[in-house]
Amino acid sequence: MNKWTRRAFIGAGTIAGGGFLIGVAGFVLAPSRHSLVADDAAAHGQLTTWITIAPDDTVTILVPHCDMGQGTLTALAMMAAEELEADWTRVRVQEAPALDAYANGYIVRAASGDYVPAVLGRGIDYSAFKLAEWFGFQTTGGSTAVRGTGEYGMRVAGAAAKEMLVNAAAAEWGVAASECVAKGSRIIHAASNRSATYGELARAAAAQKVPTTPALKAPDSFTLRRTSPGRLDIPSKVDGTATYAIDVTVPGMLYAAIAMAPVHGGTLVSVDPVPAEVMPGVKKVVQLKEAVAVVADSFWRARKALAALSPEFTDAGHGDVSTASIFAAFDAAIGAAPELPAEATTVVTADYRVPFLAHATMEPMVCTAKFEGGRVDIWTGVQDPLNARSVAAKALEIDVEQVTLTNCLLGGGFGRRLPFTFDYVDLGVRIARAVSPLPVKTIWSRENDIQHDYYRGAALSRHAGALDASGVPQAAHSFYTGGGNAEAVAMPYAIAATSAEEKESKHPIRPGQWRSVLNSQHGFFKESFIDEMAHAAGVDPFGFRLALLTEQPRVKAVLEKAAAVSGWGTPLPPGEGRGIAVCESFGTIVAEVAHVAVSPEGALKVLHVYAAVDCGDVVHLDGATAQVEGSIIFALSAALLSEITIEGGRVVETNFRDYPMIHLKDAPKVTTAFVRSDAPLGGLGEPCVPPLAPAVTNAIHAATGIRVRELPIRKTPLARA
Amino acid sequence: MAITTTVNGTPQSLDVEPEMRLLWALREQLGLTGTKFGCGIAACGACTVHLDGRAVRSCVLPVSAVEGKQVTTIEGLAQGGVLHAVQQAWVAHQVPQCGYCQSGMIMAVAGLLAQSPAPTGDEIDERLTNICRCGTFVRVRAAIHDAVKAGATS
Ligand code: FES
Ligand code: FES
Repeated sequence: MNKWTRRAFIGAGTIAGGGFLIGVAGFVLAPSRHSLVADDAAAHGQLTTWITIAPDDTVTILVPHCDMGQGTLTALAMMAAEELEADWTRVRVQEAPALDAYANGYIVRAASGDYVPAVLGRGIDYSAFKLAEWFGFQTTGGSTAVRGTGEYGMRVAGAAAKEMLVNAAAAEWGVAASECVAKGSRIIHAASNRSATYGELARAAAAQKVPTTPALKAPDSFTLRRTSPGRLDIPSKVDGTATYAIDVTVPGMLYAAIAMAPVHGGTLVSVDPVPAEVMPGVKKVVQLKEAVAVVADSFWRARKALAALSPEFTDAGHGDVSTASIFAAFDAAIGAAPELPAEATTVVTADYRVPFLAHATMEPMVCTAKFEGGRVDIWTGVQDPLNARSVAAKALEIDVEQVTLTNCLLGGGFGRRLPFTFDYVDLGVRIARAVSPLPVKTIWSRENDIQHDYYRGAALSRHAGALDASGVPQAAHSFYTGGGNAEAVAMPYAIAATSAEEKESKHPIRPGQWRSVLNSQHGFFKESFIDEMAHAAGVDPFGFRLALLTEQPRVKAVLEKAAAVSGWGTPLPPGEGRGIAVCESFGTIVAEVAHVAVSPEGALKVLHVYAAVDCGDVVHLDGATAQVEGSIIFALSAALLSEITIEGGRVVETNFRDYPMIHLKDAPKVTTAFVRSDAPLGGLGEPCVPPLAPAVTNAIHAATGIRVRELPIRKTPLARA
Repeated sequence: MAITTTVNGTPQSLDVEPEMRLLWALREQLGLTGTKFGCGIAACGACTVHLDGRAVRSCVLPVSAVEGKQVTTIEGLAQGGVLHAVQQAWVAHQVPQCGYCQSGMIMAVAGLLAQSPAPTGDEIDERLTNICRCGTFVRVRAAIHDAVKAGATS
């Protein structure tokens, strides 16, 4: 077992201009690929490490994660700056370039310990690192950034840098290091009334021996963490200057619009390019295995010319696949409900269904590429730039060293821009090869995006539970299709017999990771069913859960907090109700209470959602709160409205008109309460998604007596006679 | 024939086909990439700009429709280096997450407040129909109420 130790990954050196840098390099798991700072790094001007201190006191912190708007860059920089005792106003943060030296896969793996983020799937396997196409991960996903990189990387880098600065000052002044204090980007020796800034000490500090086990601050001495300094990315996002992949401009750039085989796996049979070729501004009609692209001197012209084409594609033999056929197969695969003990007094059974979902990131997929002389330059937005490089290299059959990738701000991720889902990079570089040496920006239309996603899987789950004569649950079993894992199906409740068994039922719809991954389906199943059992027992759903949580103090505390902040149990007008649900995922426990109103005609309004969250501790309080709020709105949109349907093997929905999203008027008030515990830091980008749907459907039941067992909720009529 | 218009106070001549949508002319001809493409069918609001002071969705607006008119984009919303009240409220409430929808969101709100400086909470909720996939609505709502207050006192 490669145990992660702090000793393993600290390196330091000087850089041009008298700066000082310190790094965290991951040579534990990939010795040949993650070098420490090279002796001549300064000469190359290449920063291969994380923290740089310039003579003017500016501290630049590189972060090996992308920014999808979760505030990751700010939070990670805070974790380093806290240990470094840096003056936050002088801290700058940058996303690390897509180079091997910044791979974070080892950090994720090591930090995970017994928990492997599902987003990394097979890639997390150590042996996979040895495959030619794997040269590291630089993933942002699986809610790992703060937990992994922050705890095991950024804090240690900050603490080591501080110790080196202290030692440099102590040596210069001829005093004991233990008498020197670091504060506000200065080292102070009170006894002799001396002090020096980090910038002044940087050069000497870089020459200090690198501490292998720097001391980390105790949480109760944090001064920066748990506060909410302004997020560093906000200003550029209110004045239009933030640059996303779609905003990149390269001199001489062309634009491509694409039509892909409507059935995934289909191939291009034929297309007559002439109708497009004769249109103004069109440079080329590119025929690829699975798509046609029109390259023109503006995207408008490319799209218009594409519309003039009538490409013919195969259906890959999947032309008879539909949502109905998939669910029929699910039903057959599951068969009868799980068996229950014969002595059960009360039996509860239920089927739950959830649909395929698209990510529909606000920024559609975009890839700009320039292929010339056997090498390619790429500008795109990905949750893993290193893996994206390998995808491009493979597509072009070139060495990965010949791929340069500039990662831009991401207009949303939610799992769409993860490793294994870089079809837009793959397509973009092949189109670039066809028009080489001209650079070309391939922009996916929203229709491309909705119809060619890697979908959150549809699923069916069949449950059977038993209660004894006094209403105590004896058993809760389920058979399900659509994927699951131990974390997703786990219930915290003390029920004597529980099980959840997957029944395999394959279909050709391309699967992906969608915010909170398998928890997004199973959270709904588990927390709906326990609610149904509570009602069967005639017990308040909160009290029913609480009684089953005697062995789970963290879950219990979170549930109690949600109940307390929501006013659980206080009277509501007719037609209103509260529902509760609690789920643990990515190391974080979240309980949510939804307060809903349903009109007699069946119009549903979610008035207020209360969330109690135990993610251990919070790094950036306001940013963490924003993640909770955003997750709840994201999850609500899906729960109320979203469904991808399959007909004739292809996706029916096309754009925001038939794959709608909630608007401001649909957005509930959100109250967030963090419950601090001494548990390791949990993720925050995803764990607030799973409890939302069941909290709302449980609330609908409380308000109307109608049990919603299928998502999206709009499919169930809520009018009362 | 080129179309003449004024964008962020600067006269511009757009030598493109008249049916090209304003969104693409702004982004590709003028390099004003703050205005975003989200759907192309007027369903999300990411492309919102002001046409003679009113919020419009530029992805469906032909360039011919802006002949002789004043176009304002997110890049032109701040005046004399001072952020617009809506932008200031957005910073104060730390509204953006990924930020991609926010140019359009801010322009829609600024347009709404220009038409109706003191909307009620219900009016705000009903009239703002921009999509934000990151789910920033809780803060959007709070920030609008602040901007309304700031407008009332300025
Ligand atoms: S891009 Fe114009 S409304 Fe969506
Ligand atoms: S902030 Fe990401 S879509 Fe609105």
